[in-house]
Amino acid sequence: MSQSRNDLQDRRFGATFRTDSWWTEVLPVIIVFGGFGIYATWRAFQGVSYEFGPYLSPFYSPLIDAEHHWLPAWLSPALLILGAPLGFRTTCYYYRKAYYRAFFLSPPSCAVTGVGAGKYSGERKFPFILQNLHRYFLYLAILFIIILAYDAVKAFFFADGFGVGVGSLVMTVNVVLLSCYTFSCHSLRHIIGGKLDCFSCEVAGGARHKAWKGVSILNERHMLFAWASLVSVGLTDLYIKLLCEGTITDLRLF
Amino acid sequence: MAEATLRVYRGDKDGGGHVDYKVPVAPGMVVLDALHYIQGHQAPDLAVRWNCKAAKCGSCSGEVNGRPKLMCKTRMDDLPLDQPITVNPLKTFPIIKDLVTDVSLNYRINKKIPAFTPRENTDWRMQQDDIDRVQEFRKCIECFLCQNVCHVLRDHQKTEEFGGPRFFVRVAGLDMHPLDSVSRTELLKDELGIGFCNITKCCTEVCPEDIHITDNAIIPLKERVVDDYYDPIMWVIRKLTGKK
Ligand code: SF4
Ligand code: SF4
Ligand code: FES
Ligand code: FES
Repeated sequence: MSQSRNDLQDRRFGATFRTDSWWTEVLPVIIVFGGFGIYATWRAFQGVSYEFGPYLSPFYSPLIDAEHHWLPAWLSPALLILGAPLGFRTTCYYYRKAYYRAFFLSPPSCAVTGVGAGKYSGERKFPFILQNLHRYFLYLAILFIIILAYDAVKAFFFADGFGVGVGSLVMTVNVVLLSCYTFSCHSLRHIIGGKLDCFSCEVAGGARHKAWKGVSILNERHMLFAWASLVSVGLTDLYIKLLCEGTITDLRLF
Repeated sequence: MAEATLRVYRGDKDGGGHVDYKVPVAPGMVVLDALHYIQGHQAPDLAVRWNCKAAKCGSCSGEVNGRPKLMCKTRMDDLPLDQPITVNPLKTFPIIKDLVTDVSLNYRINKKIPAFTPRENTDWRMQQDDIDRVQEFRKCIECFLCQNVCHVLRDHQKTEEFGGPRFFVRVAGLDMHPLDSVSRTELLKDELGIGFCNITKCCTEVCPEDIHITDNAIIPLKERVVDDYYDPIMWVIRKLTGKK
């Protein structure tokens, strides 16, 4: 069998000599990321069923003007804070890889030609040049971790005093996974010590080297934490929503 | 003895096509062995570049069933032998003959990078903690598989504006060196066009030396470029302190 030389240099979308099913790599991203996006948008706009006893949905924390004193009735309080976690995840180095491949097909998989030949500018032009501001979303995300940790502690204090419900555990696991995701961030790895050329030449260089090492260990699992925390945020909200709607009841462990 | 069909690209810059060769498969055989069998028994004029046959010289890069690989490190028993195995030259670089391509573009890019420049009166003692990072980058064998798979070069052909992953690894090794005195962020941003990289990690996936190119070289370099060119607070701090 012979093929023409042009086949080897084919740069049309999808051109590849790969024989494995490369498209299966992007399917989970499309399903989980897409599914979460739709669910989170719907829940954020809903503006109801986000608080049950001491539990507060992470989509609505910090809760701003829940009684709608100054917030128009049609505006859900979740929409006021959505920008921070959304910005953090969309500018995240890992998610960028995931969605550039799965949604922008740039490239859809390795050694498979993507879309936009001739028009590609990567992250050099607007809007993608804004990805360079990821560290600012990190600062906001750290603030959110403090707030969510406070919510998780509050989730152990019921009307009748201290107790442990399944919801308390759900909220605790959620904040732990979110912390793992946030503290494994590439920007944090840089800021905390990666930016130094010589650790031992700097004031507190030893401590910064240790901190950089610690973040690096977490950073190796950044993808895992990105997905685990995404799923846990969605499930925590779903749990509280179902409690509010009376579909399920919260089990009090003690 | 099992038999495999190798569908090998034969041609030069003026054109060519694939030719099928039947090869007996011996235990432990790699794709490069199969090509040597073809050279020895069926096509003595088949051009293939190789040197060490030990995955250390970086010469035998090619594309096996569409995947960028070192051919001396790709075992036949890892491939589905019931179908022909396609063996192509690297797509990104101009073909010379058959499986041999002209990778000189990489040497031109390399020349843009200022070499290691120690500070004046350097104390040549280094701490292990300070050089751990750069030792990973020294593992590069210059096989250029990462350059070949990178879609910025492969699909978008930004050969003049983009340095490519191998050279980000080299810059990382120099810029993160505790004794080096030169900053290469301007070079990264402008001449090596690091902004073209959209961190999709194909370079990391193909690196036979398992260098974490994207996580340990490119992203940290992107962050250094952010420090110097995109972070507004860092800009204000630089203005206030007068530091470069
Ligand atoms: S991560 Fe960047 S350098 Fe590596 S292959 Fe992808 S676009 Fe190219
Ligand atoms: S970084 Fe890895 S893939 Fe790239 S040239 Fe070096 S060894 Fe090869
Ligand atoms: S890189 Fe993923 S959160 Fe910062
Ligand atoms: S022949 Fe040296 S790397 Fe394959």
